Amino acid sequence: MDNLYQELILEHNKNPRNFGELKEGECLKQEGLNPLCGDRLIVSLKLSEDGEQIIEDVKIRSDGCAISRASASMMSEAIKGKTVKDAIAIFHEFHDLLLKKHDPSVCPHLGKLEVFSNIWKYPSRVKCAALPWHTLNEIMEQTSKPGQSTSE
Amino acid sequence: MRLLKNFESYRHDFPALYQEVHGHDLIYFDNAATTLKPMVVINEVMNHYYADTSNVHRGVHTLSERATLKFEAARESVRTFIGAASLSEIVFTSGTTESINLLAHSFGDAFIASEDEIIITAMEHHSNIVPWQLLAQRKGAILKALPMNECGELAWDLLATMITSRTKLLSLTFVSNAIGTINPIKEIIALVRSVAGTKVKVVVDAAQAVAHLPLDVKDLDCDFLVFSGHKVFAATGVGVLYGKEALLESMPPYKGGGHMIRKVSLEKSSFADLPDKFEAGTPAIEGVISLGSALNYLQKIGIENIRTYEEELAAFAEAELSALPFIRVIGKASCKAAIHSFVIEGVHPHDIGTYLDQKGIAIRSGHHCAAPLMEFFGVVATARISFAFYNRLAEIKILRNELIKMWEFFHGQSLSRADLRAQ
Repeated sequence: MDNLYQELILEHNKNPRNFGELKEGECLKQEGLNPLCGDRLIVSLKLSEDGEQIIEDVKIRSDGCAISRASASMMSEAIKGKTVKDAIAIFHEFHDLLLKKHDPSVCPHLGKLEVFSNIWKYPSRVKCAALPWHTLNEIMEQTSKPGQSTSE
Repeated sequence: MRLLKNFESYRHDFPALYQEVHGHDLIYFDNAATTLKPMVVINEVMNHYYADTSNVHRGVHTLSERATLKFEAARESVRTFIGAASLSEIVFTSGTTESINLLAHSFGDAFIASEDEIIITAMEHHSNIVPWQLLAQRKGAILKALPMNECGELAWDLLATMITSRTKLLSLTFVSNAIGTINPIKEIIALVRSVAGTKVKVVVDAAQAVAHLPLDVKDLDCDFLVFSGHKVFAATGVGVLYGKEALLESMPPYKGGGHMIRKVSLEKSSFADLPDKFEAGTPAIEGVISLGSALNYLQKIGIENIRTYEEELAAFAEAELSALPFIRVIGKASCKAAIHSFVIEGVHPHDIGTYLDQKGIAIRSGHHCAAPLMEFFGVVATARISFAFYNRLAEIKILRNELIKMWEFFHGQSLSRADLRAQ
């Protein structure tokens, strides 16, 4: 049990960081859905306008499970202040971690996120941890293509 | 007491019960999703492949004849089990979902026109919503939903005003898969008959009723009744569509293929008699045989006995759950099957499911393919426990204790005896 629900995950579930929504019009927004379980979340992202694409602010609205909430909360901490490019790199590393393909000696950027390193043992829960990141990635993929925006 | 003892002994018929999950004896509380299979059913499936593998209704050889005999004997078992008048009224499908889709296509295409009305209810499973939505889109028909009250009971008296001269069909569930409500189907159909006679056809989704309640299609006076084999101790991939003979006669085929024809030329075909007209292609033979075997097994136990025993389980679960101050039971109908949905403040149903699984307890968590109903109760998902007659009172006590420990685990604090008594 403690394997999956580690102290840090439980703590982030109880006190999630950066939860909420950024103001309409000042951010990029994306909804994430897991139709299998009905989990739904909204990631809003504010990028710097200086061409550096620094993630100045991020907020997540979620009423999902502990794994999904903790993953969203820790994601927000991991990417805030980073460039989109760096955040995409972390996304890929995290993705590999969930699929048990991660090698920390090669990809050293995960830090606290390694708390999810046991989740592959619970296949039905991998999607819970992945949903916030995939939702974030949808925004980032579109922003890295010039001239496009997901802003609603 | 004798009844309890009997039911304890039926556990021996279900080999899957005798296993450990994460070091705990399995407690299987996900019977509304699918039921475990008794040894007689497993043996029938094995015997079919072991000795009788062949196609049905085709060969003249011995294996095919043996398989065909068992296949048709299963049809007779279904007919007896639901009290149908004739074998022509029993169509084998792949499950409840296909049975409803068959109706939506065959009955729908023939008898539903633009502006006609179809009524479903607010507590339906997606399989009794989406096929009718698709039909309504194809035909320009109107789909209406009968509402329910905050206890999760249908406001079925409204049918008297909802039914108009354009209403062609009412399709509703006997038992809610998500919250356990048992709908008063017989009374509802009587009301439909008094308002519209036989002009409004009634489809009963008995997927969640068949393993728990006596079914008698003549007594109910339903036009159609559908269920799945796997929810009544048989294999997956098999289901039943019951229809009144004259109605099935009047309906066009749903799928074309082998076995459903009388005569085929390259220009044109004529179709076989009932029920073959609706059974194109090679069916799930071992599934059908397993269904016959499962229903015979249930007949021996007695569905009334099962009902009595499960009422005891349900009442005990209701009492144990509602004694826990942190639990909100979803669906408080006065007449409920042994299905209980609940939510816990601060613990998502998926976490409840994973936690209990680690203790060997299998439950369902999610929206139960009933998203509109979840929305009605203002929840995204629930945890659901659902019983079969092999469950025990002692298992419910274990569940209760694990739920307390689980709450403490996720909230990082202990519940005092006073907290638990405060209710």
